[in-house]
Amino acid sequence: MASNALGRVYADGETIVTQGEAGDCMFTLQEGRLEVLVTLPGRPPKRVAVMEKGAIFGEMAIFEREVRSATVRALGEARVLTIDKKNFLRRIQEDPTLAFTLVKMMSQRIRHLTLGVGERRVGPQGPRTDGPERRRL
Amino acid sequence: MTAPSSFLGPLARLRGRAARRDGSLALQDGSRVGVIGGGPAGSFFTIFLLAMADSLGLDLRVDIFEPRFFTHRGPAGCNHCGGIVSESLVQMLAAEGINLPPSVVQQGIDSYILHTDVGDVRIQSPRDEKRIAAVYRGNGPRESEPVEVAGFDRHLLDLSASQGARVVRKMAQSVEWIDGRPRVTCPDGSATDFDLLVVATGVNSQAMNLFSDAAHRFAAPATQRTFICEFRLGADVVRATFGTSMHVFLLDIPRLGFAAIVPKGEFVTLCLLGDDLDETLVENFLRSAEVQRCFPGGTIPPLACHCYPRINVEAATRPFGDRIVWIGDSGVARLYKDGIGSAYRTAKAAAKTAVFSGVSTEDFRRHFWPACRALDVDNMIARVVFGVTHLIQHSSVLRRGVVRMTAREQAQAGSDGQMSSVLWDTFTGSAPYRDILKRTMRPQFPVMLAWNVIAGSLPFGGASRRGRNHGE
Ligand SMILES: Cc1cc2nc3c(=O)[nH]c(=O)nc-3n(C[C@H](O)[C@H](O)[C@H](O)COP(=O)(O)OP(=O)(O)OC[C@H]3O[C@@H](n4cnc5c(N)ncnc54)[C@H](O)[C@@H]3O)c2cc1C
Repeated sequence: MASNALGRVYADGETIVTQGEAGDCMFTLQEGRLEVLVTLPGRPPKRVAVMEKGAIFGEMAIFEREVRSATVRALGEARVLTIDKKNFLRRIQEDPTLAFTLVKMMSQRIRHLTLGVGERRVGPQGPRTDGPERRRL
Repeated sequence: MTAPSSFLGPLARLRGRAARRDGSLALQDGSRVGVIGGGPAGSFFTIFLLAMADSLGLDLRVDIFEPRFFTHRGPAGCNHCGGIVSESLVQMLAAEGINLPPSVVQQGIDSYILHTDVGDVRIQSPRDEKRIAAVYRGNGPRESEPVEVAGFDRHLLDLSASQGARVVRKMAQSVEWIDGRPRVTCPDGSATDFDLLVVATGVNSQAMNLFSDAAHRFAAPATQRTFICEFRLGADVVRATFGTSMHVFLLDIPRLGFAAIVPKGEFVTLCLLGDDLDETLVENFLRSAEVQRCFPGGTIPPLACHCYPRINVEAATRPFGDRIVWIGDSGVARLYKDGIGSAYRTAKAAAKTAVFSGVSTEDFRRHFWPACRALDVDNMIARVVFGVTHLIQHSSVLRRGVVRMTAREQAQAGSDGQMSSVLWDTFTGSAPYRDILKRTMRPQFPVMLAWNVIAGSLPFGGASRRGRNHGE
């Protein structure tokens, strides 16, 4: 990965976000792929999504004061840029349209999720657990 | 880039109301928008205008007049600037879905090194991450290899074109008003009438003369002469010597304001701001020991490319009228910092106004001007911040205190870094000047500074030169 590029490079398997931790930023995936893992009590972590270049994640920490709902790890080398909560919220006050891209992305995720639920009910091959950006973080 | 139409439903209704109220002064399906200048302001405007219009199902035709291809090396292909895309702008663009690829970013910056005669100190990015981009505005300096440099301006202009704008590779030579609509004529005689004209010509061309027409009560912004040059050192030397840091200088040289060296691939770019900037000031700066020791062997290499561009230092008067708006440097910009970020803000405010409200004087006054006014008011506070910086620059006692306080903060992991954050935001333009000033007014700040000034002045009071070697 180019050493001049923006963001921070994570090695294969390195954790970017840990489920249960408090967050004060969101992220954009600049290069590479990331996996989203969810751990339910008493169960091993389960991959629920794979994110590709351009994905924005961790945005729930911007709008809520909840802990991270999933763990995100690099799948191969990945380059990630952080967006600070304080900075972002301040700019949204001045320019609410800044939230459009996020709102659009979140609505796409809900659509995928709804389709996923439908598939699970009626799909011939049973539930799929993998798929881009299926789960909100 | 498009937003969900359901979310915009109420805004679409608002727009409809505006269209009815103002009649012909709202953009309609098929309206033509002319943008003079394809620098950051012109491109940002176009990108946001087309995305917002698309989300409302409004079909607009946009022509961007830009004679530069941004593919020539040297000044002819470049929009003359330090090429720092600020930390806050990098983040906002990423949140908008506009990412800067490695081909555009010559160097990701993660730290600043402050050079003074009493020591140097490194200020690390608060997140230990490269979130500032050093870019070329054109296709690299005159003497660069014929490499595939993707300049920042070209990248944004290509994005505008990919959204449906037509890039007209011509200069706008004259603007006339025909039945209340602007007509732009090019040197080849071709003329086009528009429903809205957006002026994004910056302050480094004669374009402001196009608008001497007093009917708009527009007065061009005040500007100041600056200096930029490039030194070719080779990529390995640049990496080893300048690393991933921007180098800023606080030196007691008469008339010198701000000075910075930015690493970019095989070159470093030097930017100088100052009063009545001339060759003598440039020479005095390059002759100083603090600057010379930044270069390998203490020798300043020959200039590969240089120019004396102008910078916006005071807002234009009334940068809007019926069917016309001035954005970016030709309107209002942040004083000495983040000009590209100002171009983004004013361009977006103008695009929002045009799509959601209308294109009359009143629409721009109510919806566009507040964004400009906010920058303008912050610039007044900036003058206070720079006044204090000026004091520090010319007082070795204060300089020692500042360097000492910063070096100590940087050495302590987990410290809240009051001086570091003030300097970081002052140099990077990451926060409004109002916020920076507020932070310096917290009671601990002057107390800590006073203590460091006293300690730094004592013969054994904490090694004022500890900052040398970048505060490590
Ligand atoms: C020394 C110096 C260092 C700087 N460093 C930085 C920095 O590091 N970071 C930062 O954010 N800002 C910096 N700036 C400020 C920054 O360069 C400007 O704020 C920014 O370029 C403004 O963008 P703009 O699109 O308004 O104008 P410009 O970038 O000037 O673009 C104007 C465009 O209009 C075109 N044009 C002009 N006349 C016509 C015409 N008649 N017809 C058609 N096209 C026309 C030009 O070809 C040009 O492409 C610096 C400025 C200076 C002087």
